[in-house]
Amino acid sequence: MNRLAHPRLAAVEIEGMTRSAFLLRAVLGAGAVYGTAAVTPLVRRAAAQAGGDVDVVNFALTLEYLEADFYRRAREIDLGMELAILAEEFGNHEREHVDGLVATVEELGGRPAERPRFTFPLTSRADFEKLAVTLEDTGVSAYNGAAPAISDKRILAAAGGIVQVEARHAAALRLATGEDPSPDTFEPALERDEVLRAVEPFIAS
Amino acid sequence: MTDPNLPSRRRFLALGGASLAGAVTLGACGGSEDEEGGERGGAESFPTSDPGTRRFGEGDVGIANYALTLEYVEADFYAAVAEADLLSGEALELVRRFGEQEDEHVTALTRLIRDAGGKPADKPRTEFPLERAEAVLELAATVEDLGARAYLGQAAFIKDPEILAAALSIHSVEARHAAALAELTGQKPARSAYAEPATAAEVLESVQPFLRSS
Repeated sequence: MNRLAHPRLAAVEIEGMTRSAFLLRAVLGAGAVYGTAAVTPLVRRAAAQAGGDVDVVNFALTLEYLEADFYRRAREIDLGMELAILAEEFGNHEREHVDGLVATVEELGGRPAERPRFTFPLTSRADFEKLAVTLEDTGVSAYNGAAPAISDKRILAAAGGIVQVEARHAAALRLATGEDPSPDTFEPALERDEVLRAVEPFIAS
Repeated sequence: MTDPNLPSRRRFLALGGASLAGAVTLGACGGSEDEEGGERGGAESFPTSDPGTRRFGEGDVGIANYALTLEYVEADFYAAVAEADLLSGEALELVRRFGEQEDEHVTALTRLIRDAGGKPADKPRTEFPLERAEAVLELAATVEDLGARAYLGQAAFIKDPEILAAALSIHSVEARHAAALAELTGQKPARSAYAEPATAAEVLESVQPFLRSS
């Protein structure tokens, strides 16, 4: 067994029975074991096989529920001034993403995915620092994987506007916590058979 | 321009382009996917290309050459910053690193254009006003912000999924650079929940002052 790349991701719990919740669990599992670079090909494959833009947007919505909830929980922790300001701003952005994605699913004639219940390993500032960076990096990887499968160009453009903001969050949190804001020349996509197998349950036959 | 007072649903849809600034609903455009490649009329239409990239070539190659030109400008900018020797410490370290990443974007885009059967654009000649450390970092933040908005402005026009994936993987790196430099210069790393795209015309006009004509 590999050492976990992101042990905290493995400790995030998602209680939900929707397809998106299952996929999100697979995403966090892959990120925990292989790193967030494994998330892009996983989501890319799942999104390419999804039942159209509604499914893809619903997955993005579920991811945004997770991030929004994370920042809401972070309010209970003493983060210090700089991080608290970032967390508040970024949490507001994630909530706006939730609202925009809900409205988009509705306008596509779909039913917005239900909000799962989340549990985060989050009791200290150190927990926040690690998990916030990892979740935002995961968000970037997930959107980069999902975007090519979106057929409506307006939704693709809007998703691009979201992923840019997720990348900005990731970089800002990295810089604020003493990590390299831009660790890779290209947002990496790690293709591994194990990762791709993890997504098989989400692929319609 | 995005109106911050619009409800977020509107803003979400308004992002794609100026033609979406009205109360366009996705439902109104249902079933339009089959008309791929065809310009649609009416307020609901989403443009299928950006005429500003045509001078760099047709289709995806034109977009990639436009991106390559911007990467050349960014790489040159960082090289000039290094030569000007105005920065130190964390700022110097970041700028060095970002410069290396832009160099690698140049290499990757050049290869991608050749692989697609195109001819890579010529390297433009540049000049930058570099006098004070603080102004240099602010200019860096502006240049990266423009780069991120430029990639975002083209995402919906790229046809080849592999080229789109490559562009996305550069786009978010430019966004990381922009955010880090914004934070370093006391600006907000993410000004709003949805990033704004820029057209090729807007971007090229903004970089014009840094291009030498001869």
